[in-house]
Amino acid sequence: MMDGGLINGTITLEQEGLALLLPMHVVADRHGVITACGPTARKLCPGREIIGENLFSVIDFRRPCGIRTIADLLHAQGQKLHLRARDGHDIPLKGIAVPLPGQGCLLSLSFGIAIVDAVARLDLNASDFAPTDLAVEMLFLVEAKSAAMAASRELNEKLQKARMAAEEQAYTDTLTGLCNRRAADRMLSRLVESGEKFSLMHLDLDFFKAVNDTHGHAAGDHVLQQVARILKEETREEDLVARVGGDEFILLISRITDHERLDGIARRIIAGLEQPIPYGDVICRISGSIGTTISDYYEIPEIDRMMQDADSALYASKHKGRACHTIFIPQPQPRNGAAGSAEADRQGELPRRADRADQ
Amino acid sequence: MHGLINRSIQCFIRDTHGADAWADIVRAADLDFDQFEAMLEYDDALTYAVLDAAAERLSRPREMLMEDLGTFLVTNPRQQAPRRLLRFCGLTFMEFLHSLDDLHDRARLAVPELELPRLELLGYRETGDFSLYCRWRNPGFGHVMIGILRAMADDYGALVFLEHMGTEGCCERISIRLLEAAFSEGRHFSLSQGLQQGRSTGPARMEIAR
Repeated sequence: MMDGGLINGTITLEQEGLALLLPMHVVADRHGVITACGPTARKLCPGREIIGENLFSVIDFRRPCGIRTIADLLHAQGQKLHLRARDGHDIPLKGIAVPLPGQGCLLSLSFGIAIVDAVARLDLNASDFAPTDLAVEMLFLVEAKSAAMAASRELNEKLQKARMAAEEQAYTDTLTGLCNRRAADRMLSRLVESGEKFSLMHLDLDFFKAVNDTHGHAAGDHVLQQVARILKEETREEDLVARVGGDEFILLISRITDHERLDGIARRIIAGLEQPIPYGDVICRISGSIGTTISDYYEIPEIDRMMQDADSALYASKHKGRACHTIFIPQPQPRNGAAGSAEADRQGELPRRADRADQ
Repeated sequence: MHGLINRSIQCFIRDTHGADAWADIVRAADLDFDQFEAMLEYDDALTYAVLDAAAERLSRPREMLMEDLGTFLVTNPRQQAPRRLLRFCGLTFMEFLHSLDDLHDRARLAVPELELPRLELLGYRETGDFSLYCRWRNPGFGHVMIGILRAMADDYGALVFLEHMGTEGCCERISIRLLEAAFSEGRHFSLSQGLQQGRSTGPARMEIAR
């Protein structure tokens, strides 16, 4: 019985027809000699005629292991084969083998996921693939996805930049460019968490209201900007300077808790502030009072508590007649041994007036 | 309408008519931003506000502007992706025409939110007379399609005659007369070119690609 090339369950197919259906097929005889191949399979080893060559010298059969003869190959019939073209580039291939009459073998190949590289290396085009092969659709998809991802990435970068700008604004005092209260709070909690030693200075400008009242807000703003400059100059990169109110500032000095050094810093700041600040035709004069507390006092530093203590030291400076620096003196706490003994060393410490002669 | 479409309109106007023209159109269309983001979704009305403002500012009918937009999409050297993705659809211009029915779904495969007109090609290969039906809730995109088809015909080297035959409801009809499928050489298309360009490739890989 014969119906459309089907005879007793066997389909007879012209070689051209096979080449159209499977452009990447290879036919080998029972000795492993390649007797025919599709047009795309022919391109696997550029510059080399593979017909007449041994199948196993053209293709490296990697999985399943141990395929060295046509008999081995036919034994693996129906299994997915993992192969590589021995073309110098080792292009990975997928394949499947079926027996042919006379103990030969028909091997059908595809590039699988390696399609992107294979197309570039072998300079393939759409006519190298059967229309039913999804290879070209896959290349389409890869390229479409890359384009879409590039557009997404662009948007993400833009959003990220906007976010960073917004964050910076959220942590910056726009008039002076110093940090703001939020930034100070964030840094303070970081310092507390890290367990690092640090000091907290609370600075309040003296006579600033007079500048504002006498010379106007523009002069006041100019003075604040000069104050910011002085504070930056007198502190290090790792310290934080924040404007936390109209004429109030917080300085977080990392790793310095030595009283003498802190006093030196404070005195230099006050001396700097007392330099006359020209604004147009007028000269503005201000000063500052500072209160300081240090992390050593506290077994577990608490932000609120430290702010309170720095504040009361500042109040003491104001009380002493301004332009002073005071280091907080903790009250003896019997249950807190460490703080108690530290406090004992500091008995004689009194608020000091910054030496104006230093100017 | 998807940002990719709006962004294309923006690039088209800016690249072909200048940044000043775009700034004027943004003002006239009353946008509260100065550029579209490719990956965001916008109200359909905004797109038409921009198109109408552009038609007014550039003193050209909106339809003609949309046709030029279609051509720009394919020929813009700064953005090769649309042309390449369209070329993937077929080996010849005829195959490309036959693939237009899939365009809507292909676009969705790449960007799920991207909605394009649904296209349907009717006609006979023998006579070379085809009708392309373009269905979308957004009118006028048949003109963009004409621009795309004209540029793609050039790209394949085919000689075609295209005409907008009018709109019925949400359906625009485009007449396509394929006079010669291989009229000229056309532009070269390599499957791997775009992929290689799209990646950050070292010199070694570029060498291989060549």
